[in-house]
Amino acid sequence: MTDLPTPLEAARAKQLSAEFGLKGDEYDRVLTILGRTPSLTELGIFSVMWSEHCSYKSSRFWLKQLPTTAPWVIHGPGENAGVIAIGDGLAAVFKMESHNHPSFIEPYQGAATGVGGILRDVFTMGARPIANLNALRFGAPDAPRMKRVIDGVVRGIGGYGNCVGVPTVGGEVNFHPRYNGNPLVNAMTVGIAQADRIFLSAAAGVGNAVVYLGSKTGRDGIHGATMASTEFAADSEDKRPTVQVGDPFAEKLLIEACMELMATDAIVAIQDMGAAGLTSSSVEMAGKGGVGIELNMENVPQRETGMTAYEMMLSESQERMLMILKPGREAMAEAIFRKWELDFAIIGHLTDTGRIVIRHHGVVEADIELAPLESQAPLYQRPWVPTPKLPVLGAVPDPVGLKAALLTLVACPDLCSRRWIWDQYDSMVGGQTAKRPGAADAAVVRVEDHKRALAMTTDCTPRYCLADPEEGGKQAVAEAWRNITAVGALPLAITDNMNFGNPEKPEIMGQFAGAVMGIGAACRALDFPVVSGNVSLYNETEGRGILPTPAIGGVGVLEDVAQAIGLAMPAGHDLVLVGATQGWLGQSLWLREIAGREEGAPPPVDLVAERRNGDFVRAQILSGAVAACHDCSDGGLLVAVAEMAMASGIGAVLEAKGDHAFWYGEDQARYVLAVPAAAPVLAAAAAAGIPATRIGHSRGGDLVLPNGDAISILTLAAAHEATLPALMRDGA
Amino acid sequence: MKAGIILFPGTNRERDMGLALARVTGAKPAIIWHGESELPAGTDLVVLPGGFSYGDYLRCGAMAAQSPIMRAVAAFAARGGHVLGVCNGFQILIEAGLLPGALLKNASLRFLSMDCHLKVERTDTPYTSHFQPGAVFRSTMAHGDGNYFASPETLDTLEGEGRVVLRYCTPEGAVTPDANRNGSSRSIAGIVSENRRILGLMPHPENQVDPLIDGTDGLPMFESISACFATA
Repeated sequence: MTDLPTPLEAARAKQLSAEFGLKGDEYDRVLTILGRTPSLTELGIFSVMWSEHCSYKSSRFWLKQLPTTAPWVIHGPGENAGVIAIGDGLAAVFKMESHNHPSFIEPYQGAATGVGGILRDVFTMGARPIANLNALRFGAPDAPRMKRVIDGVVRGIGGYGNCVGVPTVGGEVNFHPRYNGNPLVNAMTVGIAQADRIFLSAAAGVGNAVVYLGSKTGRDGIHGATMASTEFAADSEDKRPTVQVGDPFAEKLLIEACMELMATDAIVAIQDMGAAGLTSSSVEMAGKGGVGIELNMENVPQRETGMTAYEMMLSESQERMLMILKPGREAMAEAIFRKWELDFAIIGHLTDTGRIVIRHHGVVEADIELAPLESQAPLYQRPWVPTPKLPVLGAVPDPVGLKAALLTLVACPDLCSRRWIWDQYDSMVGGQTAKRPGAADAAVVRVEDHKRALAMTTDCTPRYCLADPEEGGKQAVAEAWRNITAVGALPLAITDNMNFGNPEKPEIMGQFAGAVMGIGAACRALDFPVVSGNVSLYNETEGRGILPTPAIGGVGVLEDVAQAIGLAMPAGHDLVLVGATQGWLGQSLWLREIAGREEGAPPPVDLVAERRNGDFVRAQILSGAVAACHDCSDGGLLVAVAEMAMASGIGAVLEAKGDHAFWYGEDQARYVLAVPAAAPVLAAAAAAGIPATRIGHSRGGDLVLPNGDAISILTLAAAHEATLPALMRDGA
Repeated sequence: MKAGIILFPGTNRERDMGLALARVTGAKPAIIWHGESELPAGTDLVVLPGGFSYGDYLRCGAMAAQSPIMRAVAAFAARGGHVLGVCNGFQILIEAGLLPGALLKNASLRFLSMDCHLKVERTDTPYTSHFQPGAVFRSTMAHGDGNYFASPETLDTLEGEGRVVLRYCTPEGAVTPDANRNGSSRSIAGIVSENRRILGLMPHPENQVDPLIDGTDGLPMFESISACFATA
């Protein structure tokens, strides 16, 4: 043992530990591990590593219950991103991550750095990012500041994704007053790698160089992970200095430099510096590898002068990576990074001590044994109460008729066209996007130089999750699985982004537990394991939680991109509804938007029916029998048909099949298929014991409702398209 | 034909362009690093692809126009070489003085990623010979700074010399303000040099060359290029 760091004065350390977010008993554990009072740098390391954001201390107990394996899963949770085999020796690497708190404080940079962070999680594993998606929840559009938040988030996502040249191909948006003070920005990246060329983060090789890559370190984002683990109070806007600034140009260079170096055999391990920056990357890499690590902070490339070890270890400056190199490869690696005009600095080496030692100009600033930092990290089984079940809604009379309801629904914020958003995202760069936003239930992107394509989607229905977290959790997974199925792809795996309120409240923890149970049940029933994820808790403002929002990002595969179908309904086709309709109006958008009620149990998810109906629909699509397909979700059957009509500009004549509950109920496990003739599909469905019925025929320019009312598709589309531009009118 | 694609830091549509050229020539073009000072011997066509060279942190294309390779590109152009600049490549050609005018922020001050329709104003250029006279084709745009601007005199000169090759239009071919989403002067989407061998355009026909991706509406441009060198 060499020098020890200078400890803080005991009372000061105790006070600072509370300011850094450590609970009293957590701080006592720090004292036990160290056997002394920590230095400032040590206290910073403990507090960020044990923050909710980095340690998952409230959620780990539950997350362990999720299914994470399948024959095609190469790496499940625990790496920078999940990895699955997709055939042809290829792997898809993907993850979704939240940037909720920063995006409320500074919408543009919060969203932009969210995209940057998730991209790094994917390319650090050796995958070239081929698609970005997102899942966004905003407050009521007329809430204070909300337009600015929406505008900033959309510009931020576009500003970053467009510049790095990764197409933004899909996403979802909801509006609800419960997000007024805490919008959600969940960003997902999907990349492609050779399945036998995956890079991991476990450090190895005593004496190997620890290399810092990318942009310089500044004082931005210090303690960002701690901020992301506390509730918002009225002073949150004062926290702006803890939000980082994104540099997508540096990220683009970092992608290209990493891809170039990864084509060689120089790298032992690599990880991005995300939340908690240099601290989490160095601690996790050394910890996973069971080695020690020594860092010399004066060698860290710095953007500002006079930075302390504490500041450098806690900085969340963006576009940085940490890498362990094989001996003798330093010069070659440095040449690549210099060519791309990026910083490359050897800042330390691996040791056999099992400790992290931080030196700055020779002075020891931290010296911590790594094993207890992880093994003794807090783990809470927080008290929870199950969410009370709501009664099933009784019959609700139809106050306005089918036609007026349809015109209202297609224009309401949760169902209106998202064109205003996706028109600001480059969805085509890369030249492989086969199904762009709005073209199909899932985005479809081909793998360059292959026929194979990935289908990708993000889904969650928060109002269902609030009413019944377990059914809502099931539904989010089932809808992702359906959306992938509806383009003809085989769903393979998901990433989950769990956005909830304060876990210290038993009812919030009950929402979390319920959602995990529902997600787990659906994943098992659908062979759709969780391979990566992220948890964002404390999404509350002034004591009120958001709607529980377990956003699901799903990925599936098509063997040939030519098999992919969209939702645009061509003329002269029969419309066939697959799946049973009971007319479930509880928690439906019709109930909220037309009857003005948010009530009742949400639609139950019959996972056996989901699996059976979806497998049937996919087989029909792959047999070439289906021209267009769309799942029934928000707004029910009639909205699904209207969306298929608006996508093609072709109308349809619908048959008398039932009342408003039939047409607007949100029963699950249903798809609308446009087929040349209904009879063979109905016969196949009957043979398979699957409910299916012909509901109409596509033709002309009007949607003709069962009662004879006709709506021009142009009128419908005009209402559908007008909402967001009117809401967001520049200068308004 | 031997094509070379220049790669600047921040270029991001080089693979798209490579695929489009490979589709008509059968060979992936060379990628040329911006720090080089010479083009590969025997280069027939130089392409400046789309992207965000230097992050667009200064004026779009201004930094890239100062790259070492641009001196070689200018010399190549002066010798009568063929140069195609798309999107950021068009911005770089203008910043390098190889084409006139300027590309301002879109009139809406927003990034625009959407379909556009283009009217082919003349088919006697190396880039448009395989379009029918008066053809209208669908392409996509993806830019924040594509609002073409030039002085009235320059615009008149361009028009007078027949150097406006592509204009934004409706699917039916009408040149209207609504079809001109980025607000370009006289709906200009693409212009050529006096010798017609340098073309700069904002849209991305390289993304419309594959029936399985986004259709083949842009393919005639690449067939024109290929034919130009097949007969040369």
